[in-house]
Amino acid sequence: MSGWLGPAEWQAVALSLRVALVATLFSLPFGIAVAYILARYRFPGHALLNGLVHLPLILPPVVTGYLLLLSFGPQAALGGLLESLGLGVAFRWTGAALAAALMAFPLMVRAIRLTLEAVDPKLEEVAGTLGASRLRVFMTITLPLILPGILTGAVLAFAKAMGEFGATITFVSNIPGETRTVPSAIYAFLQVPAGEGAAWRLVIVSVVVAMGALLVSELLARRVAARIGGRDA
Amino acid sequence: MLEVCVRHAFPGFTLDAAFEAPAGVTALFGRSGAGKTSLVKAVAGVLKPDQARICVDGTVLEDTGAGLRLKVSDRRIGYVFQEPRLFPHMNVWANLRYGMPGGEMGPVVEMLGIGDLLSRRPNALSGGEAQRVAIGRALLSQPRLLLLDEPLAALDDARKAEILPFLERLRDEAGVPMLYVSHSIAEIARLATTVVAMEAGRVVRVGAAEDVLSDPDVSPVLGVREAGALIRARIARHHADGLTELHGAGGSLWLPRLDQGEGAEVRVRIMAQDVMLSTNPPKGISALNILPVRLTTLRQGDGPGVMVQLLAGDDRILARVTRRSAEAMGLRDNWRGYAVIKSVAVAAENISRA
Repeated sequence: MSGWLGPAEWQAVALSLRVALVATLFSLPFGIAVAYILARYRFPGHALLNGLVHLPLILPPVVTGYLLLLSFGPQAALGGLLESLGLGVAFRWTGAALAAALMAFPLMVRAIRLTLEAVDPKLEEVAGTLGASRLRVFMTITLPLILPGILTGAVLAFAKAMGEFGATITFVSNIPGETRTVPSAIYAFLQVPAGEGAAWRLVIVSVVVAMGALLVSELLARRVAARIGGRDA
Repeated sequence: MLEVCVRHAFPGFTLDAAFEAPAGVTALFGRSGAGKTSLVKAVAGVLKPDQARICVDGTVLEDTGAGLRLKVSDRRIGYVFQEPRLFPHMNVWANLRYGMPGGEMGPVVEMLGIGDLLSRRPNALSGGEAQRVAIGRALLSQPRLLLLDEPLAALDDARKAEILPFLERLRDEAGVPMLYVSHSIAEIARLATTVVAMEAGRVVRVGAAEDVLSDPDVSPVLGVREAGALIRARIARHHADGLTELHGAGGSLWLPRLDQGEGAEVRVRIMAQDVMLSTNPPKGISALNILPVRLTTLRQGDGPGVMVQLLAGDDRILARVTRRSAEAMGLRDNWRGYAVIKSVAVAAENISRA
């Protein structure tokens, strides 16, 4: 594949995969926690939390990117603090991962929340009466039962993160080798006269990765669902 | 020994129930909405009542006065619901294992007859099998107290008949106290040691099953058609003509052939509406059971019927007759006469091991 793709294109693809993978893995625990809170608890501020989670889905990505820049940029308090700890994200690939995670978060939370709401709380209740602590109930009952949703959410988030453009380019710019992910690279290639071929190759890669992700998620979810609800073990 | 005292205000309904019960099966009985399930939930700790004191065999599970409240997971309560609630992602073995602090599952598996199901998934079980697994799972968590909230209500009659004998074995062999919620008097008559009758959130009567079920004052709570006394008897002989002879405190009873062996103790529920009364010893009549009785209580109902409690030896029998007959026969306290019970009127499901 590296023979077919030029070095700059390959760099973009590798970077995108890394960004998407990191974004997905790091946001997954938060996604599960937020989905659990939204599905299981009613409290003042529930609608607000729900709105905040979904905001990146509705806001123009450029706005999200700009807000990230305001919070995590070198001039911002939080950004400056992270910078001094050596964890700065502005104009780095980690910043691209943060932007991608934020943009993909609503999709992930939605998928997990849907399966959580389908889990019968009575099963958790009976596990409690059998002496299981809340943590054990979650690990042994809730988590296995929502695994299909977690997989679907993770794969959707991954695909979304692969394709994130607006917030990323606004927040971390378009630096080759650091923040030039596949969509940014396509955009850059389209700005130069001879770039159309490279852009096309990256378009094909994008389509293949997105389709592959959806197929894998579908397959995994089906397998897990069969294992959970299946007949004899 | 079970000690329950719970007060909780729901919107439009107040639960205010207290009772004490000895070991064995304590049946919570009452119509839907009487507060039985809420009471059981409070005992389990799933519901947090306004005020409560709950003790099982000397262990305090909750005492709001002393600010003490054990978490659900610390109460060691085995809770069996109307639906089995098995974990769908685990096979039967893993479900049974879930609450076990340790030890062997063999004896329980054997008692409930679920040995062949261990590798199955819950959705490959019949309703009756699933409920037996649920009972086993609760029992294997080594509970202080087993709560059974209408465990048979969702099952058809055949499945009920499949599970009831296991519950009887549980009562007689497992030695775990049980709190059993039901609105089926037939189930209660078979299982209960103690009956707690509830109405509109309150306990209206507590007592030994024989006492409560043979009390004419409780019949309105039970429903007059369901009223019937419980008597204990020993199987004396199986006769060649298909009848079984039982000896009770009130004399011999002849019933259609029973499955239990000779010498077995059984409890027999005799429905009040299946008992006829006669002033003189009846002659030339097909009914085989004619017991000399003395009238102890007579209770006028709102309708045309009268509920009569009779003493046959030491056994109490309930009879439901019309007011017209009661007047014509001059029924009153200490009236002496005969109770007539058709053998075939006693259905097999009304006979169980004592």
